[in-house]
Parts: sequence; C-alpha cells; structure tokens
Amino acid sequence: MAVSKDDLMVHIKEEWCKGCGICIAYCPKKVLGFNEHGKVSMLDRDNCIKCGMCEMRCPDFAIFLGGKENV
Amino acid sequence: MNNPLVENYFRMDKLPHIWCPGCGHGIIMSAIARAIEKSGLDKDKVCIVSGIGCSSRAPGYMDFNTLHTTHGRALAFATGVKLANPELEVIVIAGDGDLSAIGGNHLIHAARRNINLTTICFNNNIYGMTGGQYSPTTATGDKGTTAPYGNIDRPFDITQLAAGAGATYAAKATVYHVNQLQKYIEAAIDHKGFSMVEAVSVCPTYYGRKNKKGSAVDMMNWLKDSFVDMKIAEKMPEKAVGKFIMGEYVNKVEPEYTELYDQVIERLKR
Amino acid sequence: MSKVIKFLQGNEACVEGALMAGMRFYSGYPITPSTEIAELSSEKLPKVGGKFIQMEDEIAGIAAAIGASLTGKKAMTATSGPGFSLKQENIGYATIAEIPLVVVNVQRGGPSTGLPTSPGQGDVMQAKWGTHGDHPVICLTPDSVKETFDLTIRAFNLAEKYRTPVILLTDEITGHMREKIEIPDVSELEIYNRIVPEAGDDYKAYHVDDGDIVPKMAPFGGGFRYHVTGLMHDETGFPSNSTQNADVLIKRLMGKIEDNKEDIITYEAYETEDAEYLILSYGGTARTAKAAVKKLRAEGIKVGLFRLITVWPFPEEQVRALSEQVKDILVAELNFGQIKLEVERVVKGNANVRLCGKANGEILTPEELIKAFKEVL
Repeated sequence: MAVSKDDLMVHIKEEWCKGCGICIAYCPKKVLGFNEHGKVSMLDRDNCIKCGMCEMRCPDFAIFLGGKENV
Repeated sequence: MNNPLVENYFRMDKLPHIWCPGCGHGIIMSAIARAIEKSGLDKDKVCIVSGIGCSSRAPGYMDFNTLHTTHGRALAFATGVKLANPELEVIVIAGDGDLSAIGGNHLIHAARRNINLTTICFNNNIYGMTGGQYSPTTATGDKGTTAPYGNIDRPFDITQLAAGAGATYAAKATVYHVNQLQKYIEAAIDHKGFSMVEAVSVCPTYYGRKNKKGSAVDMMNWLKDSFVDMKIAEKMPEKAVGKFIMGEYVNKVEPEYTELYDQVIERLKR
Repeated sequence: MSKVIKFLQGNEACVEGALMAGMRFYSGYPITPSTEIAELSSEKLPKVGGKFIQMEDEIAGIAAAIGASLTGKKAMTATSGPGFSLKQENIGYATIAEIPLVVVNVQRGGPSTGLPTSPGQGDVMQAKWGTHGDHPVICLTPDSVKETFDLTIRAFNLAEKYRTPVILLTDEITGHMREKIEIPDVSELEIYNRIVPEAGDDYKAYHVDDGDIVPKMAPFGGGFRYHVTGLMHDETGFPSNSTQNADVLIKRLMGKIEDNKEDIITYEAYETEDAEYLILSYGGTARTAKAAVKKLRAEGIKVGLFRLITVWPFPEEQVRALSEQVKDILVAELNFGQIKLEVERVVKGNANVRLCGKANGEILTPEELIKAFKEVL
C-alpha cells in the first residue's frame, strides 16, 4: 500500500540516539540539529521533504519516517 | 511511536545495540532488515548466522532464527544449516577479520561450492571488539594497536576475493551509499547461489581515532569521496583514479549446491 | 524382523549404527584412520534422503554438523587425533549451546601427525579436557565391531537425551578390525529423539520444564525464532554477563550429566566377583586384557577385568568398590597412564595402581600384559 508523504513525518526516538550527527550532516534540507542533550532534534519541520535519508543512515534506529496520526 | 520496521524485524527489548556512536554497523543492519522486508521473506524461514566480533552481535537484535557461532566459523555453521534445510534463507553476517582472516578458508570454499548463502561482510578495516588491531583489510601504512608504526601488510579486497573463489554474486557499497547498499543486499538475497555483499563500514572509535580520521561524519565524507560507482568508472576512467570501485562485480547463474545434492537424492530413488 | 549378518570393520559398523539411530547429516574431513566413516556415509546418506558434505577442514566439519543439528537433523562428524584437536573449540560450543551431536574419534598414535595408521589411546584425557573451560563430557569407547555399532546408537541417544555432544572414542584397532556382526531390525532398537516444543508455546529456548532433563529444542525454521550463542546466556538464550546467570547455567550443564551418571555409565565387569587382582582396560586394548585374564585364571590366579564402556563420566563408584576388594589394579592402555591417573584419583590409596602402557603404535599383547601383571605376585 503506497503511503502519501503527506501522511508521514519524521519521528525521533531520543533515548536511542547516540549523537553521532550523521543524520544531521546529510539532511538535504538541513532541518535537523542537536538539542541541548547532544541528541538529534527536528528544527524545521515545515521544510522537511520526508526523503527518509536520515532513517537510512541512522545507525541506531533513532530517527524514522512514520505515520502522522500516531504523533 | 516505534519504527514499524524495527518492531517487525528486531527484538525491541534488546535495543539499543552495543555499538559505539557513529559505528556504521547499525546502518548495515537496518539495510538488511529493509532488504528482507522488500524480498518478502517469511521471518520463520530466515536464519541469520554470525561469528565473533562487533558485527557478529547483530543477529542477537534481529527477530529471526539466529545463530551466534565461534570466531570465523559462521559460514561453516551456515553451510550445515542450509544443506540440512534448504528451505531456510540463510544470511551470514561477518566482520572483515572474521570472514577473511580466521574464516578465510570457509569463505573461499562456500564461494567455490556456490551454496545458496547470502553473506554480508561488515568491513570496518579493524578488529573493533578487541580494541583496534589491524585486520586483513587495513590499508598498508594505516595504524592499529598492533601496527603502531604503520601496517606493512597488503590488504585484501574481499569482494574480489569472493569473486575469485567462485561467488556467483559479489558486490560492494558503503554505509554512505546506503541506497545502493540496500539494493545489493536485496539482489544478494534473491540470488540463487553464493552471494556476498561487502558493506564498507566506519569505526570512528578505534580506526578513526588511531588514524586521525576525525568524527563519524568525517569518515562518512571520506567514503563519499573515495568510492566511485563501477558504471561511472567505466564511462569516465579519469574519475576513478585513486578511488575504490563499488558496484556489482559478479552476477551470474551457475548450478547451486543444495539443488545439485537434491538431484543426487532424486537420481538414487530411481 | 529382518536380521542381517554382516562382516564389517568397526568404522563401517559405526555408520550402520548411526543410520539406524537416525543420522541424516554427516560433515567431515578425510583423516586416517577414520576415513571409511566419511566414505560410507557419503554413499549411504543420500539413499535415505540424508545429506553428506565433505568440508574444507576439520573445524568446518564439526561446525556444519552443529548447524544441521539445529535444523532438527541428527548429525555426526568423525575424525582422528589431529582432527580431534582442531574440533575442540566447537565441541565446547555444542556443549554450552546444548546442541546434540556425535563426534567420533578413531584414535591413532600421537602427538601431532604421530603414527597415522597405528593405534593409540592417547586422546582419553583430551576427550575430557580438550575444549577450554569447565564442561561436562560424555565419552563412550567400544572394544569390538558389534559394540561400535551399539555404542554409536547409544551415542546418538545420549546426545539427544542430554542435548550435548557425545564423543565416541574408538581406536585404530576396533576401527579397522573386521568381525561378523548381526544387525538387528530397527524395531528392536531403542531410539531416542529430542523433545521439541509444541507450537504456540511461550518458548524460552533454555528453560527446563518440570520433569525434563534439558530444555526442549525447537528446530530452526519451526516457527520459534530463538537465539543460540556460545556466550553465557540466560534461559531465554540471549547473552548475559550476570555472574548469577553464569552460575546457574554452568551448574545446570554440569548437573545434567553428573546427576544422571547411573543412566550414562556402562561397563563390563568380567570375573571380578572373587577377584584379588584387577586389570582395568578399555577399547581395543581390553581385548588383550580379557585374553590375559583368561590365561591367568587358567593358572588359578584370581584376577578380573573391569572394562570401561563409558569413559566419561568415569565409573568412580564401581572402580572404588573394586579397589576395596583387590590388592592391585593394573591399568592397560595405549598411552603413558592417562586413565591410570584417574584410577589413582578414585581409589584413594585402597589398592596399588600400576600401568601397562605404551605409545609406539603397537598393540599390547596378552604376553606383555601377563608379564607386567606377574611382577606383583
């Protein structure tokens, strides 16, 4: 079942994030950054294009594209 | 919410994993899970086998029939599993040292037999679990805790080694080039015969520090700049000068071992 | 009932026994004097739908057999001296991961390449202590072709029952000797199969249910998706660094063999009832010992033979009881006193313990043994 990007958003599981910064470095829209705990944080949700590259390159399953209704 | 991929294919209670911040191994493990999802395999019929080392801890997190064996021997155990029950999709996860040093003999013979195993080599160019000793894929001149003056060994190209030994599918990609990596893993799973994907990983903790390679991101950037796709290298050789080549080195069809054995059994029934 | 009379060598009888016990997988590497076991397995297994594979080395030989056993197949590997050394690490793996497996070692003269075509019994202590760490061991040793057949079946039964590798320790004497044997119909045999969990159970791979000796063993592919590791683990099968868990596991592994010694240990006591002297032997050498006992009895000397059939666990109580009865125990073995050490340990000074042993590739003759025996008179 194809899911429209409109129904998706980036989710962060902060407790699994080890703060390597890989997702932040390769985000094509630079919408991610570190929070005060040194973990990944969504800085600019409006400009996120939901490409999913953060999820693909996250070594720790700490960031992913998932359904919106579950936020 | 949890990532449905993780919920479906991993043992949630075992995560987060033991790997260091920025270790590329988690990227490969998640690419394997996505490839398994794409291939539509029945979880009960997938068996993941590993040896010893950092990467060999992966099966403990993955929700399949999982077998964490002795150092270097994953392919030998996996050969027994596959021959005894060819219905199982057997995937071997092995580090560069596990696969090409202590387990080198099993690699070349599994490839020679063309038994239907999918091997994913997590190549971080170092023995990480023991603290950073040089491995058979450490570049000449690089340092390890057992090569304090620089490594004088010549490194293996594991993909070419597998190809030379008879693997009918052999491909290489990096944790930076993760789409390509996943595509090759999917192809390797679907391939009937011995397949190997060399997943070039990063070890910021030991390899990175010892060789002043910078952060995990710096090391990922190095992968981005140092690897060139085989197709581009063929069209524009000038772009491949001094670079590593990634792509499908071998992809061919040859008789598969467990099918040949079943044919022997059938022949004897007559 | 189809009884078949055959004229077989021990190695062939081993394969016949293995097939009757349900062996459906063999993996190994050629080595003298065990090679006939691989050869005959390669011929017979595909005929019964089983699998044979010649692996690239001895280590892979045992590794593949362990992998096959995990899918639910009864598996065996066979080797000799140098190959037995190479298999040791994975014997430990099968022990901690509780994978049923039969490992045959047709002993030859050692150390190292030693005497490949000659008999020896220098691996009895290696069979017990060869793999690192504390571990239980079941090791059986036959003295004839027929007993090789019987003990191979028993080795499979014990492997399945106790979920552990069982070592069948034969030697070049029994391995290559030919004798007439009667092969029984499979219906006359007691064949033990591992207990598997019921589908739908809340399966903890290393939990022992009440009334069971070992955890139930699900085959890979059977829908249970569990984890197997050589690391210390808890009852779910996942690695655990807890010293408490490690204590529970290692004690359970040791205990399942120790607590069932009566079931596991078998031996032959020949003319021991009124014996004043004892010869203790095992394997091919026990045939020499029996001949010597017969000759000495004919001379009116009250001597008996205690023959180990189970070497490990060692029949301590039986040997200790005899040591209270006899003045002297002569241990006959093709090594420099490996079992003699064990006998000394268990008799605690009750009797004099002597050795008639050598390791030059020759078998002991009854005359040599009688001469050594008479030194005590």
